[in-house]
Amino acid sequence: MSVHINNKSCNLCGICIDICPGNLLLQKEDEVLIRAPEECWDCAACVKECPTQAIELYLPSEIGGRGATLRAKKEGTERIWTCKNPAGEINEYRIKIK
Amino acid sequence: MEQELEIEIVKKETDLLIIGGGAAGIFAAVKAKEMDSECEVTIMEKSNIKWSGCLAAGINAINAYITPGETPESFLEYVKNDNNGVVRDDLVYTIAQQLNQVTEEVEEWGLPIKKDEDGNYLARSRRSIEINGDEFKPILASRVEEEDVEVLNRVVATNYLVENGEVYGAFGFSIRENKFYVIRAEAVICATGGASGIYKPNNEGGAKHKTWYPPFNAGAGYAMGVRAGAEMTSFEMRFIALRVKDVIAPTGTLALGANANQINAYGEDYLKDYDRVTTPIRLQATLRENKLGRGPCYLDVSHLDEEGCEGLKKKFLNMSPSIVLQWADREIEPNEEPIEITGSEPYIVGGHGQAGYWIGVDRSTTLKGLYAAGDVAGGAPKKYVTGAFVEGKIAIENALKLIKERSKKKIDERFIWQEFQRVYQPLQQPGTLTPQELEIRLQKVMDEYAGGISSGYQVNRKKLLIAKKRLKQIEADVKRLKVENLHQLMAAHEVIDRILIAKVVVAHLLHRKETRWPVYQANLDFPEQNNQEWFKFVNSVYDSKREKVLIKERKCHDLEEVGVQYECAY
Repeated sequence: MSVHINNKSCNLCGICIDICPGNLLLQKEDEVLIRAPEECWDCAACVKECPTQAIELYLPSEIGGRGATLRAKKEGTERIWTCKNPAGEINEYRIKIK
Repeated sequence: MEQELEIEIVKKETDLLIIGGGAAGIFAAVKAKEMDSECEVTIMEKSNIKWSGCLAAGINAINAYITPGETPESFLEYVKNDNNGVVRDDLVYTIAQQLNQVTEEVEEWGLPIKKDEDGNYLARSRRSIEINGDEFKPILASRVEEEDVEVLNRVVATNYLVENGEVYGAFGFSIRENKFYVIRAEAVICATGGASGIYKPNNEGGAKHKTWYPPFNAGAGYAMGVRAGAEMTSFEMRFIALRVKDVIAPTGTLALGANANQINAYGEDYLKDYDRVTTPIRLQATLRENKLGRGPCYLDVSHLDEEGCEGLKKKFLNMSPSIVLQWADREIEPNEEPIEITGSEPYIVGGHGQAGYWIGVDRSTTLKGLYAAGDVAGGAPKKYVTGAFVEGKIAIENALKLIKERSKKKIDERFIWQEFQRVYQPLQQPGTLTPQELEIRLQKVMDEYAGGISSGYQVNRKKLLIAKKRLKQIEADVKRLKVENLHQLMAAHEVIDRILIAKVVVAHLLHRKETRWPVYQANLDFPEQNNQEWFKFVNSVYDSKREKVLIKERKCHDLEEVGVQYECAY
């Protein structure tokens, strides 16, 4: 499991580096990198915490990943998940979290 | 070495040290401050308490709760039945008594619990309720931040400070700073969680960490206890979860949360032939169908309508978003294809299974000064998150009494120096072996010779003796480990701890000459349950000098046996 980091959207706030349970994210110069994508558990803590939605979750090819992605953002008491499938279709899910 | 590596030795004193800032650890810290605001509390956490441990990915149900019509007695009966009788009744019962109280408390802390039209908690089954637990862990972390508790994030615990068989604190190293911690405490609560990564996982390569139990829970608490000579119980009872194939998503969300039918490849309900459908039987029956050529097996939610599918996806987004990606990658909705299920690799965990510290009803371990709570504590399966809270609370009530009795202990500088050298050795020693290489070897041996996925989870004496021999060689190769940075140093200590835990698992599996728990402990030399000889616990104490696991058998008592107390005293 792993995450993609879109460094064009990243504002280098460092929150993801601070909270990754596996200590897997690090900053090198002006980019945030994942040091070992195969060590990610897919807890999605970084996806949820990223203030600019620069991090997305995907399935690796070993378990049939075809490029679908999940991103998340928080709005008030809700988490809004955006799921994009390989055909480009987008679905949104709103979940109460507070 | 200290100068060469420029590591600062940080010495701290605290009244109470809690190792592990997960469910049990955070609840314990908050309770400590509520019961005694003067008590100095320190949490040592290898990650960041905001998103760490089993709750890092969220959770969509509280699975240990007494719903209307149920009682602590009926909860105990259920747990005993599901685990073929050999459980610690006293521990399970004392957990059951407070499950609802701790649930109400975390609701007050901000956890959203789903309600029915009358405002009652929404039951998912007789013993579980539905929640929106996406932010469960940040909610717990926020609560502890309201208290005057020192949190040391990114500090990996390595060993207890032990003198004459008593625990006076712990050592740890930072993975973000060049700091080695020596923390003296009047009482220590171990709440590190259980261990994954002992066995070869379901998936490989880029998906190797697509596991049920967090791959970052490497069993440090077990390993520290084993090295310190604490008595451990039931390591032969591995926990193997029935999960969605590939993404290893929870099946309870489908079976209980969406009334899924468990069917084989021919659409037959294969559980209907079983008198008792316990958690391990659901798994055993699935393995059997596959063996008989009637697989794959599925959980079928084709009855769900559009709204039901969306609701199901939301439940999974609360704790296991990868299955939503699986549906998206396949460009299907949950009701379009039955969902294939499989067994996970075995885990060593006291929250679902019962491997862990042998503890008293007060949650004290066999080492004075040390308490255990949550997944690292043994004897009480199916405690889950709320059970971990209760154990944290009980441990604190008793640890606070001990703190008042005990005085500060001066630690011999030689012990500090010895541990410092052990911890940083992989950065210094010559060698070429990476922690990942050693972990692969460990997992292969355990998979093939100690009842992993490839061996159908079954063991026999001949295979276990091979595992024992291979583990010795793997352990000897620890001195060849070489790492370049603090992150890799953490990985080195994770594999060192996992090797030791594997040795204990193999010793326990060798000792139980019956089959007590389907799949979890299936001994092909003794395939039947034998209540006459084996209605008891297999415990062990590690002899560090001889590097041997010494087995101890302990009787199993009923709760009704008036006056019986387990021999857990130090």
